[in-house]
Amino acid sequence: MERFDYLIVGNSVGAVGCLETLRSFDKSSSIAVIGEEPHHVYSRALLPYYLDQEVPVEKMLYRPVDFYDRLGVTPVLGRRAVGLDTAGHVVKLDDGRIISYGKLLLATGGRPIVPPVPGLDTEKENICNFVALQDLQRISRLLPSAGRVVVLGGGIIGLMAAEALHKKGLEVSVVELAPRVLAPVVDEFTSRLIEEAFRRSGVAIYTGTTFKEVQGGERATGVVLTDGTSLPCDLLVVAVGVVPRVDLAREAGLAVNRGILVNQQMETSAADVYACGDCAEVYDFLMGNRRVLPLWPNAYAGGRVAAYNMLGMKREYDRATSMNAMHFFDLNIITAGLNTAGEKDGFEVVSRFDAGSRSYRRFVLKDDRIYGFTLVTGIARAGIFLHLMRRGCAVTSFKEKLLEREFGYLTIPEGLRRELLSDEGVISEHAAANQ
Amino acid sequence: MPRVVAKPEVCIGCHLCEVWCVVAHSRSKNILKAFLHETPRPVPRVVVEENLPFTLPVHCRHCNEPSCVEACISGALYRDPLTGRVEHDAGRCVGCYSCVMACPYGAVVMDEVNRKVARCDLCKEMGEPACVKQCPNRALVYQDSFTS
Ligand SMILES: Cc1cc2nc3c(=O)[nH]c(=O)nc-3n(C[C@H](O)[C@H](O)[C@H](O)COP(=O)(O)OP(=O)(O)OC[C@H]3O[C@@H](n4cnc5c(N)ncnc54)[C@H](O)[C@@H]3O)c2cc1C
Ligand code: SF4
Ligand code: SF4
Repeated sequence: MERFDYLIVGNSVGAVGCLETLRSFDKSSSIAVIGEEPHHVYSRALLPYYLDQEVPVEKMLYRPVDFYDRLGVTPVLGRRAVGLDTAGHVVKLDDGRIISYGKLLLATGGRPIVPPVPGLDTEKENICNFVALQDLQRISRLLPSAGRVVVLGGGIIGLMAAEALHKKGLEVSVVELAPRVLAPVVDEFTSRLIEEAFRRSGVAIYTGTTFKEVQGGERATGVVLTDGTSLPCDLLVVAVGVVPRVDLAREAGLAVNRGILVNQQMETSAADVYACGDCAEVYDFLMGNRRVLPLWPNAYAGGRVAAYNMLGMKREYDRATSMNAMHFFDLNIITAGLNTAGEKDGFEVVSRFDAGSRSYRRFVLKDDRIYGFTLVTGIARAGIFLHLMRRGCAVTSFKEKLLEREFGYLTIPEGLRRELLSDEGVISEHAAANQ
Repeated sequence: MPRVVAKPEVCIGCHLCEVWCVVAHSRSKNILKAFLHETPRPVPRVVVEENLPFTLPVHCRHCNEPSCVEACISGALYRDPLTGRVEHDAGRCVGCYSCVMACPYGAVVMDEVNRKVARCDLCKEMGEPACVKQCPNRALVYQDSFTS
């Protein structure tokens, strides 16, 4: 039986966060990563960027081709982990191999949701998900023969796919069940700005409705919406999100809610088993609860924290919350935290829209700190706000200033500024003492 | 880990560090050509904040556990384990601006013309960062080792 000191199931960003950290401190232990997809580690977040091209796999890679070699990691690719025995410390693969581990990380990610609608079946020739390289390859093959496409889902991924397909010259319709696009992520005003940008470009957006049925046989020929609208199509893209992949964990008896439950050290309920990324529920420092936060930085940082604890260096993951950088046509948007919350939920909201530049800033405040922000168009230096939020800094005294485009460290009161800047030595100690 | 440290108390807000940063990252390395003839013009990678009479230059900190690297979806940003520098491979960058969202110092500069970002690389081909060398008031210091 093969044995590795550290074993990772799932070969994506969560895995990379973990093994890069393991290797920075431990050059000699054995590490293996199991990935069911046959590819070298690639970035699924790049899919929308290459939708309009026949891309070589190399373009999609998240780390260089010699990555596993350089880090001394054994990749076990094209193999799925099908069984986990936490008492015996072993994982079973789909080819019958059994691998034993010292410590295990589950970074199994998510599985695309396909809502139960008559005729909606991704086995059909022209109905595709949009979460994996294989989906991109399928869509690329279908593109030359497609004129009309319907995208189910007005979230970030659905909208990014819609924009890319529109730029490819297709006639695109987006169907979203909620009354507005991106409803869980941004406030209503921002949703409207985005919808406007799409409509102006000629993409049709149907909100407050969904598929009643998909027409056609082996090939979908069109969809009928719950409001009666009929939309003919040559290609159907299902982009309504992912659910955590928890089967392996659940069958092994780990505590699982929507995602695999982990504490702040990323430990699951089983000894020596950790989890991170889209498959896990992590502690959200703003909400003060555990939830699924299926986001790239969260997977990487979760993997990193797991690695520290696997190494016996105690670390807590206390910086997770929702955050997104996105762009649609000419709109650049950055959001973090609770952006759908408003005054009626007991928060204070300060916002400003500048019609000339079409820039919008909105901050959600409570107890003297930032709980969320959305920046549209003027997004430069957005990370300063995330920093203020993560550190729980008191901001009420300069809340109006948050709305200014030139906001920076010099806008922050001196005492706080000095504290924030001395962390990474932006200013010399001499200056920190005297300024 | 090397980085540029600012002395805001002696920074006079002349923005020459930005100018020389642009020159250092231009193709021609010539101040006139860089500003008049290179399109798109390189963006300065140092941000000089102004809230007069105060000014403050901010550079990438080459953080130990960089938030920008954590957020980068393409792998364009990475931390070289040998030099400790945070590097950016512009060829891989897709301009998603996740790093702009993540950097606590606002040290990732958007290059909207190229739909990419730029960030202080310490002028790694030149030995000493151009901004440090050219600052008329010695408001920038290149520190080769820094312990926080
Ligand atoms: C199109 C798209 C665009 C996105 N854009 C962004 C963005 O801009 N910003 C952002 O923050 N997030 C984005 N995301 C979300 C982001 O990609 C995910 O949060 C991130 O990939 C999660 O990483 P992970 O390591 O948890 O798992 P995943 O990336 O989901 O990878 C899990 C891997 O594990 C494998 N696996 C699962 N089970 C097994 C098993 N039993 N055996 C072997 N292998 C297994 C899977 O095949 C998969 O390769 C995007 C997602 C998509 C689909
Ligand atoms: S860009 Fe920002 S986060 Fe990244 S290393 Fe530099 S200072 Fe740190
Ligand atoms: S803008 Fe470029 S460097 Fe920044 S996160 Fe996106 S791909 Fe990475």
